[in-house]
Amino acid sequence: MKPLSHLDWLEAESVYILREVAAECRNPVLLYSIGKDSSVLLHLAAKAFYPGRIPFPVLHIDTTWKFRDMIAFRDRRAAELGLRLIVHTNRDGLVQGIDPFRSGSRLYTDVMKTQALRQALDLYGFDAAIGGARRDEEKSRAKERIFSLRAPQHRWDPRRQRPEPWRLYNTRLAPGESVRVFPLSNWTELDVWMYIEREEIPIVPLYFAADRPVVRRDGTLLMRDDDRLELQPGETVETRKVRFRTLGCYPLTGAIESNAASVAQIVAETAGLRRSERDGRLIDHDASASMEQKKREGYF
Amino acid sequence: MHEPLVFDETASRAEDEWLVETRAAPSQGADLLRFVISGSVDDGKSTLLGRLLYDSQRLRDDELANLVKDSARYGSRGDEIDFALLVDGLAAEREQGITIDVAYRYFATRRRSFIVADTPGHEQYTRNMATGASTADVAVILLDARKGLTAQTRRHLFIVSMLGIRRVVIAVNKMDLVAFARERFDLIADQCRQMTDRLDLASLDFVPVSATSGDNIVNGSRAMPWYRGPTLLRLLETVPVGEERTSASFRFPVQWVTRPNADFRGYGGMIASGSAAPGARVICHPSGQTAAIGQILVGGKPVLRARAGQSVLLTLTADLDVARGDVIVAEAGAIKLVREAQAHLFWMDDQPLRKGRSFIARIGTSTATATVAAIDHAIDVDDYREVDAEAVDVNGLAGVTIAFDRPMPLVPYRECRDLGGFILIDRISNDTVALGLIVAEAGGEGKADGAITRTGRRLGRLGALRDRAFARLRRTPERPLRSLFKALTWRTTGSVDTFILSFIFTGSAKVSAAISGTELMTKLLLYYGHERIWARIKFGLRGLSAEPRRHRRDPAARSAFQP
Repeated sequence: MKPLSHLDWLEAESVYILREVAAECRNPVLLYSIGKDSSVLLHLAAKAFYPGRIPFPVLHIDTTWKFRDMIAFRDRRAAELGLRLIVHTNRDGLVQGIDPFRSGSRLYTDVMKTQALRQALDLYGFDAAIGGARRDEEKSRAKERIFSLRAPQHRWDPRRQRPEPWRLYNTRLAPGESVRVFPLSNWTELDVWMYIEREEIPIVPLYFAADRPVVRRDGTLLMRDDDRLELQPGETVETRKVRFRTLGCYPLTGAIESNAASVAQIVAETAGLRRSERDGRLIDHDASASMEQKKREGYF
Repeated sequence: MHEPLVFDETASRAEDEWLVETRAAPSQGADLLRFVISGSVDDGKSTLLGRLLYDSQRLRDDELANLVKDSARYGSRGDEIDFALLVDGLAAEREQGITIDVAYRYFATRRRSFIVADTPGHEQYTRNMATGASTADVAVILLDARKGLTAQTRRHLFIVSMLGIRRVVIAVNKMDLVAFARERFDLIADQCRQMTDRLDLASLDFVPVSATSGDNIVNGSRAMPWYRGPTLLRLLETVPVGEERTSASFRFPVQWVTRPNADFRGYGGMIASGSAAPGARVICHPSGQTAAIGQILVGGKPVLRARAGQSVLLTLTADLDVARGDVIVAEAGAIKLVREAQAHLFWMDDQPLRKGRSFIARIGTSTATATVAAIDHAIDVDDYREVDAEAVDVNGLAGVTIAFDRPMPLVPYRECRDLGGFILIDRISNDTVALGLIVAEAGGEGKADGAITRTGRRLGRLGALRDRAFARLRRTPERPLRSLFKALTWRTTGSVDTFILSFIFTGSAKVSAAISGTELMTKLLLYYGHERIWARIKFGLRGLSAEPRRHRRDPAARSAFQP
């Protein structure tokens, strides 16, 4: 018999991990970032629990700075799949006037994403948060566990992570502890795109190239999704054919110039692409090993 | 494609053709190989891995720019690129210059996707080595050509063999520092072969490499023309995967039971071994009840057959009481339930293991209470000997007797990783403190179930025979055009000979010309066909082996630890 194809293998492993969460964890939640990885995750969850419904709610941390297309897509998918969608925003951050321009990306990310996520997990008492992070995204993630233990206060201690031989995940938790679960750990960006193509998974249109209003700032193309992006002296809004490799808050997400208007074209472009996808994420550039630092602080 | 920065592209034309293939994206049908790579500190493992990623073009411009920047800042190679920095991720490691945890790396060629478990070399991190090896199909063990075989190499070989990896590649690195000397390489290979006689390996290969200059990793080597075998990447691309797992008896640990409505009851899980089709008779452990498989769903769609490694949802024709942790197997392959088993333990906790301690065990999809009833012996990983021991220290390896709180459907690890591999969890700290392998039923004859063991062995032997047959049919480098030319030159020579002989016997030039002319055409075709068949047969060829060189196995010299 022929061996499983690499996509079938990855799918089988992810389905196994999702079922393991459902079987072992008391109150899990799926973190939904609306991006392509989240879309794959939802698709896998639908497969894993067929013919039943996905047995846990879906949580979106809304910073109020997401692309408008993302929010529209989120609400549409939630209705189509019959998801129990929870949307959480850090109200304290809004009151304090934290925003991605004036506060700086570091503080903004900490308050509106990291703190917001902790608030939501504590508020609902979730003991397992399933996320779409992959090990190939960033060097410090290469050593992340599939079931990653978080101490009380959501701290990640690289030296206390449990070994994960075979498919044996230790899901036991002490009071206050929780796990982050990453079913897409072993996927690469290209795998994600190939799978989206094969399974015809719906994704936010921002991933496809189209004429969009962009501003060039510090070597990055930012899309002016609304007029909260104020122009600095010398900047002009121009229309360029761009797409996004990752989606987040629009002031922190760089676009790339591209003509790829279909998944097949994106697959071809990704296979030959010469910039890693995190290059478009402005928060990773703060310092070398910055992601490790953020994880210790509780960033996802 | 970016320009290589610090090394010459000295690959020959044939190698260039090879490169074009490896640069392409995997096809939808490409399969997946998991391998573990290990070596002692300073053997250049991170450099080799970085080189594999770099040369197979999985690096992007910004990663490369970061690498150049980091090389200047943290690198140990002066102005050159330090490939090790590609894989040494955590800040703590960079400062210490060592790797402290298993890291997973990804790259792909057109034929295959690879998941690499990059394991630390320090001996105190044996647990990471075992963890990385547990999911691997192949082990790549790196050693330094100047130092040759070390105690650490012996340990790594032993651990990978215990964890059921039966295909090992030894990359003899730093060949540039021994003047690319063939004698040195051959000596090391001989030493390793002698030592691995006692390990149950299906294949053992050796590749002379230089990670810093890239020789024989992705591209071939100009400096070592005496080495005619495949490069490391090519070897990894052609190793067969998963064949033993699929050919074994059907075993399915139930992971999750779903009852979305009163009419549907499904059992979710991943098939541990073998394959099954709707209608197959099965037996459910521990209840022992039998039924037939109704439907098999993969990703919500019914399939006609599912096999090892697939996550499926099964329905059964009878309404049985089946729960998470139960095991559904082919009716002919019933598992004997055992309460006590002999096992090997990799102890990973700082506090030593003593007999009588009880733990939470996770095995397959079940959770049980397990007590270490006896420490039968410790195992010395340096000379593979069993020694008496009262306690087992961190990173120690021991043979123990484990008692479970109930009869368990267990299978020796050698036969089924999923039903023979387990972890022990400390009841108080919840830490995973040991990694274990079921060897046999306690007090048994080393066999959990005679019938299954025999079948498994027979299937295993058939698989090996099939492998060998296919390997011989694999292509050798002869192109069809060459065969055609060979056929033409030979047949022309032959027909001239036939004409002369016919003329001598018959005295008629016309008859002789007719015979030799007809013969020229028919034998030309016959010769060409014959030649093409031989071009696919490797029997008797020297030095062109694409198949891992088979390691001589001597049953009498086998280790006592095997079931």
